[in-house]
Amino acid sequence: MTSTIIWTIAVVTVLGALLALILFFVAKKFMVREDPRIDLVEKAMPGANCGGCGFAGCRAFAESAVKAPNLDSHFCPVGGNDTMAKVAEILGIEVKAQAPRVAVLRCNGECGVRPVVNDYDGAPTCKVKASLYPGDTACAFGCLGCGDCAQACSFGALSMDPSTGLPVVDEAKCTACGACAKACPKGLIELRPKGPRGMREFVSCMNKDKGPAAKKACGNACIGCGICVKTCTHDAITLEANLAYIDPAKCKLCRECEAMCPTGAIHGVNFPKPLDKDAVKARIKERQAKASVISSEAEKSQKKED
Amino acid sequence: MSKHTFSIGGVHPHDSKISRDCAIQQLPIPPAVYLSLSQHIGAPAKPVVDVGDKVLAGQVIAEPGGFVSAFIHSPVSGTVKSIGPRKDLAGIPSTCIEIETEGDEWAPGIDLSDTLVTEIPADNKAIIEKIRLAGVVGLGGATFPTHVKLMPPPGSKCEMVIINGCECEPYLTSDFRVLLEKGEQVVVGAAILQQVMGGVPVTIAIEVNKPEAIKHIREVIGKLPYKNIEVMPMKMRYPQGSEKQLIDAVMHRQVGSGALPISVGAVVQNVGTTMAVYDAVQKNKPLVDNVVSITGDCFPNQANLQVRVGTPFRFIIDHLGGVPEDAAKLISGGPMMGKAVANMDAATLKGTSALLFLTEKQTRRAPETSCIRCGKCADACPMGLEPFLLVKLAKAGDLEQLEKNAAQDCIECGCCLYSCPARIPLLDHIRLGKAATLGAIRARAAAAKAAAPVIPSNAEGSKK
Amino acid sequence: MEKLIVSPNPHIHSKDTTRSLMLDVIIALCPAVLMSFVFYGWQEILLMAVSVGSCLLLEWAITKFLLKKRSTIGDLSAVVTGILLAMNVPYTAPWWIMIVGAVVAIGIAKMSFGGIGQNIWNPALVGRVFLLVSFPTYMTSWKEPHGLFGADAISGATPLGAIKEGLLQGASVQDIMASGGYDYGIMLYANLGGSAGEACAIALLLGFVYLLIRKVIKPWITLSIFATVALTALIFWGINPERFTGPVFNLLTGGLILGACFMATDYVSSPMSVWGGVVFGVGIGFITMMIRYFGAYPEGVSFAILIMNSVVPLLNRWFHQKKFGRK
Repeated sequence: MTSTIIWTIAVVTVLGALLALILFFVAKKFMVREDPRIDLVEKAMPGANCGGCGFAGCRAFAESAVKAPNLDSHFCPVGGNDTMAKVAEILGIEVKAQAPRVAVLRCNGECGVRPVVNDYDGAPTCKVKASLYPGDTACAFGCLGCGDCAQACSFGALSMDPSTGLPVVDEAKCTACGACAKACPKGLIELRPKGPRGMREFVSCMNKDKGPAAKKACGNACIGCGICVKTCTHDAITLEANLAYIDPAKCKLCRECEAMCPTGAIHGVNFPKPLDKDAVKARIKERQAKASVISSEAEKSQKKED
Repeated sequence: MSKHTFSIGGVHPHDSKISRDCAIQQLPIPPAVYLSLSQHIGAPAKPVVDVGDKVLAGQVIAEPGGFVSAFIHSPVSGTVKSIGPRKDLAGIPSTCIEIETEGDEWAPGIDLSDTLVTEIPADNKAIIEKIRLAGVVGLGGATFPTHVKLMPPPGSKCEMVIINGCECEPYLTSDFRVLLEKGEQVVVGAAILQQVMGGVPVTIAIEVNKPEAIKHIREVIGKLPYKNIEVMPMKMRYPQGSEKQLIDAVMHRQVGSGALPISVGAVVQNVGTTMAVYDAVQKNKPLVDNVVSITGDCFPNQANLQVRVGTPFRFIIDHLGGVPEDAAKLISGGPMMGKAVANMDAATLKGTSALLFLTEKQTRRAPETSCIRCGKCADACPMGLEPFLLVKLAKAGDLEQLEKNAAQDCIECGCCLYSCPARIPLLDHIRLGKAATLGAIRARAAAAKAAAPVIPSNAEGSKK
Repeated sequence: MEKLIVSPNPHIHSKDTTRSLMLDVIIALCPAVLMSFVFYGWQEILLMAVSVGSCLLLEWAITKFLLKKRSTIGDLSAVVTGILLAMNVPYTAPWWIMIVGAVVAIGIAKMSFGGIGQNIWNPALVGRVFLLVSFPTYMTSWKEPHGLFGADAISGATPLGAIKEGLLQGASVQDIMASGGYDYGIMLYANLGGSAGEACAIALLLGFVYLLIRKVIKPWITLSIFATVALTALIFWGINPERFTGPVFNLLTGGLILGACFMATDYVSSPMSVWGGVVFGVGIGFITMMIRYFGAYPEGVSFAILIMNSVVPLLNRWFHQKKFGRK
């Protein structure tokens, strides 16, 4: 009995030692030398593997970041500046802070204002619907409402609102990874800087039809009238293909364009007070009256100089 | 009972040929016609008229925009009102020439009489040129320019011309009526194709649900002086009329992935196309009208109408008493492969074969349920694909696996979705996967071409 | 007409739905179920009712309260599972055993994988095997049945059980067969020693033919199981008829016909391709025979099917349909 135990122990010990030796040499021989910083960088990442940075996942981002001379082409939208600062510290290089961004929907064609003209009965995804035809509403540019963007969001920041038929972005959860923007076949989602205290102005429409056609397609459409362009004193609004665009870098959040927009296509969000359209309009009128006086004087002086 | 049919898959929807007894009638000329510049496969045509020009019926109004492209002729006499974007049946804008009708005056040299011309010109090159100038395209659905099909690339040899009279789609009866009423012209057209392709045998394939047509065409062949033309009755099965499936059924040869029918020695032309070839070669008449079936169980005034190309759908439907109350879907083409119409103001194209009304009950898709892995989609697929697998790959966007599982071979016949008991929108997703796969294959070919040093000049021609 | 419906092609659909296919399976099972009622009487009807009822109730409750999805009981797949489960249990078993079986079949084998279409193993078989190993006494004991209309038939231990037992005691197959008085003719329509699904081979085959005519299933899996069982039995029987039973006996006894016609052909847990199905069937046939000849249990169809169910994903990967224009 005792000898059985001793023999068992001996054999198992020798076998274990032998296998350990083999493992030791195999590990030595086949070891892959890897930059240890890759692991460190990966650990500093949020680990969502969302692909918002343009790489296959956090690991791929780390591998690329370690090799890169600077971090200009690397930005983790989920972790934002904090994460990037940590990554830069690990790699011992500088990184510029980027303004935090958020997904913004550029369509405000709610159920009531955008007439439904046919009855879509195909697979309920925007991708399939968009490949078939312009859509079941009168607007060929607007949201298709099947929620591909909400499906694409891995942070639960997008949901479809059944009352409007449009997706809603939860700003607190949105990491601006851009998955929704890629998923939208109509290109309706833009990643815009969040703005000071979240305040921002944007044109919530992508309709490029001429005024009357756009108006017919949707009551809330940008009709390309250009009033906002004329109103803006900061040169922030451009009009291209019957569609206005507000440059977030130039916009001073005066909300004058929003007040003047005849269709309500310009949206301002997160402002502390609701917009008093009449007050703003009065202010603009006063300024324009003054400006016309000045400009007519300036014209006169110009003529004199000639 | 004929046993001739293709070897893999297929489905048997009820044939519903309810408009089979309606003789072909002339539709009155509409007040205005709208001719899309892209009503054929290949490059869009280029307009050769300007707004305000007076045109005659049969006059060229647009010329080919490339090698694979086609002439477009005015189907009416009148004035060009506008050239610009107009919404097609899906609502997508495409460039159209609008002609306001003034009378019905035809360009000189066109023989509009009914006399049958059986003598075929000897010069094959001249025949092909006549077909090209007449703007003839395949009317079976793909609208591929016919003259391109009749010029096989060097090195390939045609061994058989197949005239496709299967009309395997339910409801459609236009080819059937043409075979029955214009059988002589179709047979002469077939003889022309036979001569152009070097005297090879011609097989006219007709499904057995059209026994009158089979009998009639056999009689006509007996009366006319041509040799080596015969009728092959086919078993009823969808998609028999698909080019690859028909070649398999008639010749027992399978066209490889990405290859053309000529690679196995076959040239396939549809009945309507053959009729257009006759008109072009024997009568100098360009392709300006075609036979359209207007049908549906809920549509009381079913008809087979000879319609000028570019006639708005609404004009045709109003002529026959308007949209029925219980119609829920209008389809341009058959119920399996036709396109749902979102815009009834769209106009017919050269390839429009039918306007079909379906009721809500007939067409509304039931809600999708879980896949039970019954494999009915794979059994139904005439290309031997596995739709249940492709749909998953397509949703995941796995191009590598899609190509490995032959998503690019899909012919979009709809058999998978038709047969799915769980009503999973298989084809909707697979179609996108196929397009992405084809894109990747083409991009790779282009990259390989760019990387290759010098391409021998004849290799270029054989790709066409 | 209000608004035109727009969708990609095709615009019409076949009449087949999951529900209609399952209904066909239920219709196909009807002859066998009715025969089992005739043979075993009210006890069998009670088992069947409890089984089907608890399967439906469980699936409804799980989809409603746990998964919070639309209920899927309308597709009738739970009814099929319930019937098959009841047919796999001897009529003498207590009624509550069916509830335990249903919990395992529907709750564990089906719904925990995500419901219909997602399960790896045939739910009814998982339920049966669970009952077999948990309550062996209930699952293998038998009593003289009091059938409806006083139907007359052989009764006794299942032939397979008797053979196994006899062989253990050193008797030869011929002796056991002779003493048991088994008659192939009677076994074809009345075989009362086991569970309901083993009772009437003719009724089961009738249902199988119905499924083939309705094109609900394809014959390849079933035929390859029968062929493999017959061939394996023929070889072993040829070698030693004292020790091994013959092909006809093996085809007619036990749950082979029920398993081959209704359980192995279950869509979800069988391979998609023809050749995959043939390999699947060969595997089931062979494993069944190995268990019958050499295993501890007298019968091995359930185990064989469950083992081959596990291989299905591999078979689906290895065997594909022949593609058009490709070699």
